[in-house]
Amino acid sequence: MQDLGISILFKGINFQRLLGGLWVTLRLALITIGLSCLFGLLFASLLLSRRKLPRIFCRIWLEIVRFMPQLVLLYIVYFGFARVFGLDLDGETSAVIVFTFWGTAEMGDLIRGALTSIPRHQTESAAALGLKKSQIFLHVLIPQTLRRLLPQAINLSTRIIKTTALVKMINVTEVLKVGQQIIGQFYRQPDAAFWVYFVIFLLYFIICWPFSLLARQLEKRWA
Amino acid sequence: MADTILRVENVYKSFDGQDVLRGVSLQIREGEVVVIVGPSGCGKSTLLRCINGLETISSGNIFLRDEKISGRTKDLHLVRQKIGMVFQSYDLFPHMKVMDNLLLGPTRALSRPRADVEKEALEMLERVGLKDKAYALPRTLSGGQKQRTALVRAMLMHPEILLLDEITAALDPEMVSEVLNVVIDLARGGMTMAIVTHEMRFAEAVADRVLFLEDGVVLEEGKPEEFFHTPKTERAQRFLQSFTYASKRGTSEKQSKNNLGD
Repeated sequence: MQDLGISILFKGINFQRLLGGLWVTLRLALITIGLSCLFGLLFASLLLSRRKLPRIFCRIWLEIVRFMPQLVLLYIVYFGFARVFGLDLDGETSAVIVFTFWGTAEMGDLIRGALTSIPRHQTESAAALGLKKSQIFLHVLIPQTLRRLLPQAINLSTRIIKTTALVKMINVTEVLKVGQQIIGQFYRQPDAAFWVYFVIFLLYFIICWPFSLLARQLEKRWA
Repeated sequence: MADTILRVENVYKSFDGQDVLRGVSLQIREGEVVVIVGPSGCGKSTLLRCINGLETISSGNIFLRDEKISGRTKDLHLVRQKIGMVFQSYDLFPHMKVMDNLLLGPTRALSRPRADVEKEALEMLERVGLKDKAYALPRTLSGGQKQRTALVRAMLMHPEILLLDEITAALDPEMVSEVLNVVIDLARGGMTMAIVTHEMRFAEAVADRVLFLEDGVVLEEGKPEEFFHTPKTERAQRFLQSFTYASKRGTSEKQSKNNLGD
């Protein structure tokens, strides 16, 4: 009688390999999210700029990101850049570029939305108290913006984490790729695929669930 | 004769080519309460907003004591520290407790020690009947309580003059008097104020002088007993008549009479 498919995960170092792949996923996501927050701030300030050109520039950027499948963007950067610009980027760098390109626009738009949703009167009554512009931002606008932003930013982050699964298409050995390697190794085990993918599902769940729980909690508390 | 605190000279203001203020002049002396009335859109709120620099004026001058405060872009916050303003929509900071709302200006803008301000804030909250709300969040307060808090917040800056912009317009009728009684209390305490309001009974009770504004100009100016009972201009007569008509239908007149009759 054959072993149950799940047992292959505990053969040799398979489970460590899977966790190693998960770390690649997580590292990629964390770098992307960090950069997206940073550049997102800049993006938001351009979206709110009084000048027209930066606003149009950001709008176009945002639309591209929304309409273009992330996989296409990955292919453009990973395969296209090498051909056209002679830029031979490795998979992970390409992935960081693409996901940050995407995350920056979406995060920037979220920040813009959160900031502009604060009534103008909040700024005015803070100004009427004789606070400086920087103090108004620090004590009145930023805390309120964060409250509105955080739940949405967390949702975006879980979307980024999930989407990193695509990078296996450009030869990054993240958790999904490792899983497929393991399945390939045990091709004689008919239910190997099911169990490996099931465990990968659990791993994604374990990463993303606390985030969305936190988002929901914050939403309730700050409603 | 008391010192002149505020001097507005021939102020014009236009939005998109539309003149809202067309040569408004007024002076307010120390301890004086000036009430500005007029039909909506006459420029009353704009006038107050121009005084503390929330709007920039097109021409004219505004002086606080002898310091010219109009037309400056630098250090406007220093001017605003001396001019308190309370708005129609209360505008407490929703993420801060009542006490933190009160402390923000004095501790951050004036760099006063926190403990001092907190002690003073508690005293003032007690005076307006809100001591038990000192550490509550604004969203747990009623409209009237919020507006009283906003008044305390403005007063804690010890402004030279307080501008009140239709502070009861968003309140349910039964909460109007609890707010206006605080204002009357401040007036008795000698606070200099410029008040825009639609509460005519209150205006009559609190004003030292009434300004009637229409189409961006001061049409009539006088003592409250003269203005409200024997208005000189036909426009002012018509304006005041519209209120008697309205108050015969509603209950607000009766209520304010009772509350302000003491």
